Amino acid sequence: MWKRFSSNIGAMIGVVLLLAVIGIALFAPLIFAHTPWQMVQRPFLTPFSMDGLPLGTDTLGRDVASQLAYGARVSLLVGLVSTLVALLIGVPLGALAGFYGNWVDEGAMRFTEFFQTIPNFALAIVLVAIFEPTLASITIAIAIVSWPPVARLVRAEVMSVRKREFVDAARLAGLSRPRILLTQVLPNTVSPIIVMASLMVATAILLESSLSFLGLGDPNAMSWGYMIGAARTVIRSAWWLSFFPGIAIVITVLALNLIGEGLNDALNPHLSRRGKA
Amino acid sequence: MNTLRATTFLIAATFAAPLAAQQSGGRLDIVVQPEPPGLMMGLVQNGPTQLVAGDIYESLLRYNSDLEPQPSLAESWEISDDGLTYTFHLHDGVKWHDGEPFTADDVVFSADVFLRETHARLRASLAYVESITAPDDTTVVFQLKEPFGPFINAFEAGTMPIVPKHIYEGTDYATNEMNATPIGTGPFKFDEWVKGSYIHLVKNEDYYLEGKPYLDEVFYRVIPDAAARAVAFETGEVDVLPGGSVENWDVPRLTAMEGVCSTGAGWEFFAPLSWMWMNNREGPTSDVRFRQAVMYAMDRNFVKDVVWNGFGKVATGPVASSTNFYSDDVTQYDYNPDKAKELLAEMGYGGEAVRILPLPYGETWQRWAEAVRQNLSEVGINAEIDSTDVAGWNEKTSQWDYDLAFTYLYQYGDPALGVSRNYVASQISKGSPWNNVEGYENPELDEKWAAAAGMVNAEDRAAAYAEIQKEIVDDVPVAWLQELEFPTIYRCNVKDLVTTAIGVNDGPRDAWVEE
Repeated sequence: MWKRFSSNIGAMIGVVLLLAVIGIALFAPLIFAHTPWQMVQRPFLTPFSMDGLPLGTDTLGRDVASQLAYGARVSLLVGLVSTLVALLIGVPLGALAGFYGNWVDEGAMRFTEFFQTIPNFALAIVLVAIFEPTLASITIAIAIVSWPPVARLVRAEVMSVRKREFVDAARLAGLSRPRILLTQVLPNTVSPIIVMASLMVATAILLESSLSFLGLGDPNAMSWGYMIGAARTVIRSAWWLSFFPGIAIVITVLALNLIGEGLNDALNPHLSRRGKA
Repeated sequence: MNTLRATTFLIAATFAAPLAAQQSGGRLDIVVQPEPPGLMMGLVQNGPTQLVAGDIYESLLRYNSDLEPQPSLAESWEISDDGLTYTFHLHDGVKWHDGEPFTADDVVFSADVFLRETHARLRASLAYVESITAPDDTTVVFQLKEPFGPFINAFEAGTMPIVPKHIYEGTDYATNEMNATPIGTGPFKFDEWVKGSYIHLVKNEDYYLEGKPYLDEVFYRVIPDAAARAVAFETGEVDVLPGGSVENWDVPRLTAMEGVCSTGAGWEFFAPLSWMWMNNREGPTSDVRFRQAVMYAMDRNFVKDVVWNGFGKVATGPVASSTNFYSDDVTQYDYNPDKAKELLAEMGYGGEAVRILPLPYGETWQRWAEAVRQNLSEVGINAEIDSTDVAGWNEKTSQWDYDLAFTYLYQYGDPALGVSRNYVASQISKGSPWNNVEGYENPELDEKWAAAAGMVNAEDRAAAYAEIQKEIVDDVPVAWLQELEFPTIYRCNVKDLVTTAIGVNDGPRDAWVEE
């Protein structure tokens, strides 16, 4: 599997890019002597105009490079944690619905549809506005709007797996139903979940950026969306303030998509566009 | 009887003579933001209403940038030596926009009947008034119960707009259908209001000042987005951006354009002063040493230069420098982080979290809060920003649920009108964000505030307020930040637009356009 993945050039580029972003996020305090909020120089310094401030300074004279690095922390953290939470909600719900069927399925799916009928972003805005924007509330809001597709996917997978012969065999062997679900059915649905999760991280990063762009970010956490939102009013005089965080979002989301694609090809070889390796 | 006689009309006329190059004609397009809720200034007095209706309605006086009273509907006036009798002599031959003659009865009706019912801020000053009478058609006498120093500042158009008695007497003011087509005595008449687009005023041909106004018409343009307002100015669609119409960051770009002028003047009457309320009731902010540390920790000059592009002044205390009776003989809190750290160590500050509540009025205020948080964290204060919207800000400040909260308030020319309300104990009342929200209590100073308001002699008042300022600045009930100046940006061929203490609000009367 790793062989198939590593032979996919796009996926490997994605991994390298993502590792670079993670590295910068982890080592931000070591790379930069000052925090992203510190006013270190004149405002509106253009990139490369002064040593030590490669990407220039923002409206208050804060180091844009340092803001980018610390912004990566927020984006990655929110992306990962909200995806995990969404999986924790979506997987059990989808699994129960798919496995037990009947009224359990009916109930779970109507509940899921309830969330699916509300536009994701609108719901996220409402949730964040109600709970006041903090990292925790933003993460939870993103998780709440992103779990329904997971539940749908897992349900479909479980429904197809539970009809296979080995499940019948397990039942004949006397295994209890919950045990069959946990040990026989779910492990066989993992690969599509992984693929979906990698793409969900990308979506979550975009959602977080959009929220902070609208001023619904955590005011005490530097994030890329905040940087772009704050730079919006000066976009004509200071292009670099919105350009660099924009590029950072593009690179990170692209990397995650490449990885997701690569995982998809590696884990579902029969679906691979290039045929069996 | 030694009367203070102001026959300023003649003086003004001689002043104007050498500048007789004024040209008549032309129009002015001014941005109004946001769209006013109504134009009947006796009923609504918020900022946009005053901007537009300041051309339609007038009061007895106007004020120059030193807050000295100037003639408006009143040609001259006298104040008796005991400070109890104010006599105004009105202009002859003034007509309402519908052609009816304006008389002293209109003034009595406006002040004594109409505004007493509708205008809360004026009502507070009218509490000192015993009677308002009109001995003849062009004379009005205000008789006070006890001396009230700032009373002479109450005759500004937004404070005491004179409304037509023949239209409003005996009607329900709020629902009078003439509110939609306001009738005043001002230099411009209401013509048309296309909601969401513009308000059109035309020249009052019968205006009582010879030759004025110079302009034929004024359009107030409603453009909801700040960036779109900046573009409208760049493309020449509008000629004037009153203070606060564009984001601060756009100001340097717009003023750098050719043929564009700007001024910070025209706010002297309002003198918006910004500060952070510090909760005097609980938490670290209840310790005076902590509050002083906050003052020393902040680099207020940096904020003035960077966030406000150099417009405004760092505040020295509760009274703005353009307000009457300002004194700078107070403790100066210069940027001094070491001093702040010392004070914090002395009080034994243990790193308790302190929440900063920014004013939810856009990017400028958000950046300001970020700069303050950074300043505070550099001296070791564990500060974080609360996020909020307008409703949340109102709720948190009026319910006292904050540690540090940004705000700014108008001063209306006199400490007794716009300053003392934030510091005296009688103004502590939950539920309003406009009073003594910080919970500062100092009975000794309360008495001094009250005494100063009632003094007749201006010198006595000045001395009393100087003493108050000196004392209160050491107590630091709030963290004074900056005297705000909202620059008016306009094309340089628009002349004499900002000549009074309320700026563009009543500016079009004297404004003219050079061809």
